[in-house]
Amino acid sequence: MVVVETSSAEATVQLGLRLGRLLGPGDFVALFGELGAGKTQFAKGIAAGLAVDPATPVTSPTYTILNVYQGRLPLYHFDLYRLQGAEESAALGFEEYFYGKGVCVVEWSERLEDELPEEVISVTLAHLEHDSRRVAFEGSGPRTREIIEALRGSG
Amino acid sequence: MLRLAARQTAMLVLAIESSCDETAAAVVRDGRSILSNIVSSQISVHAEYGGVVPEIASRKHLEAVATVVTTALDEAGVGLDDIEGVAVTQGPGLAGALLVGISVAKGLSFGRGVPLVGVNHIEGHLLAVFLEQPVEFPFIALAVSGGHSHLYRVDGVGRYRTLGQTVDDAAGEAFDKVGKLIGLPYPAGVAIDRLAVSGNPQAIRFPRPLMHDGTFNFSFSGLKTAVLTHVRNHPEAAGAGINDLAASFQSAVCEVLTHKTAAAIEATGIRRLVVAGGVACNSGLRQSMRQLCDARGIELSLASPPLCSDNAAMIAVPGDYYLENGVASGFDLDALPVWPLDQLAARLQGER
Repeated sequence: MVVVETSSAEATVQLGLRLGRLLGPGDFVALFGELGAGKTQFAKGIAAGLAVDPATPVTSPTYTILNVYQGRLPLYHFDLYRLQGAEESAALGFEEYFYGKGVCVVEWSERLEDELPEEVISVTLAHLEHDSRRVAFEGSGPRTREIIEALRGSG
Repeated sequence: MLRLAARQTAMLVLAIESSCDETAAAVVRDGRSILSNIVSSQISVHAEYGGVVPEIASRKHLEAVATVVTTALDEAGVGLDDIEGVAVTQGPGLAGALLVGISVAKGLSFGRGVPLVGVNHIEGHLLAVFLEQPVEFPFIALAVSGGHSHLYRVDGVGRYRTLGQTVDDAAGEAFDKVGKLIGLPYPAGVAIDRLAVSGNPQAIRFPRPLMHDGTFNFSFSGLKTAVLTHVRNHPEAAGAGINDLAASFQSAVCEVLTHKTAAAIEATGIRRLVVAGGVACNSGLRQSMRQLCDARGIELSLASPPLCSDNAAMIAVPGDYYLENGVASGFDLDALPVWPLDQLAARLQGER
């Protein structure tokens, strides 16, 4: 596990940007953290790292479930909170996105249960003081662990 | 100035909506008179998730759609033979959910030999008020719901320009997330509104994000965090002080929405305003917009609450207009999960 502390919202976005630059087709990033922990901020950074047009606001997908952005790769930003389980995700055809040509950034991936892909980068954001955040990265397989090592090296 | 053309014949349109949480169908005459407007609320209680989780899956829409369409026809007192056109929500939304409505609409259109048109869900919201009163173009429109917080300039049906939008959370989402933070049942927007009535909106000074940044954009994420921090430091605020907290939060959201809307009105010189979407049901926002418009002599059009939340009758308004103007979709009509309103102008030139 790699742990980074950021001291401002901008620094959290920057950290997301550094990760975004390292991502390739089919990569799956699971975001964890309570309400207000900065998940959407971090997703904004990933979008910037994937060269999504900065004029396009990266907004919360809580209601829409899925927001799609076009950068150097497609970015699929999910919030599965409002789904009831893996069955609904399957019924909506989401696995096509998970194993597709784009990058998936997924909040509430717990909803996927055992439908979660094998290679997942887990990013856990936690409140410290004010705008400071503790961000922990963990890879579930060789590809994702390699990305996290590269992220550590890129700082 | 573009107006809706007066017509010789009254057209009967069946509209179908399945873009997100609701399966809905409506029968509307002439894009103006509602004969029926049926919404099958898909919300069911799941206490384990700390509230209510709607079933968004296409399977649920599929289960509901036949009943909803039949009920809409029955309640309108018409048969399928009487329907002269079919309008369906084509986007934005989840592809799987949209495709349920689209497939039924295609089937009915093909089976009855009547034209079909795909409609933008947000466009439906902006024009819903036409079902109750005429509005002249151009007007400024504020669309506020669970998934949207946008300011538009509307120059006619199909002619929309985004002036600003949320850069993080939508207004309705802020209401529901703050509600969850202070232990309110879903949908928290309604509960916060009710609590706010007997609270002091000046009790807690919450931030007004982006209030003076010179854009027409909104940001509600920081406000949510401010409420979280306040409740952590003052636990009683979510107990005995909950009315003041609700009133203070609601007034912060309404003040930002009203301030930015006023700025858009000033910048464009357009003296007509439409407020649309689910959050337009909020009594605090309705009051704040009325005060703004009364004070500045602006013509305000607010649909009644059932037409502000998701419904199918609103889809018939642009649907009827497009069909009357010869803009119809082919059977290759596909769901458009991402479909900004600014891209719609091409339709009237026959490009889509």
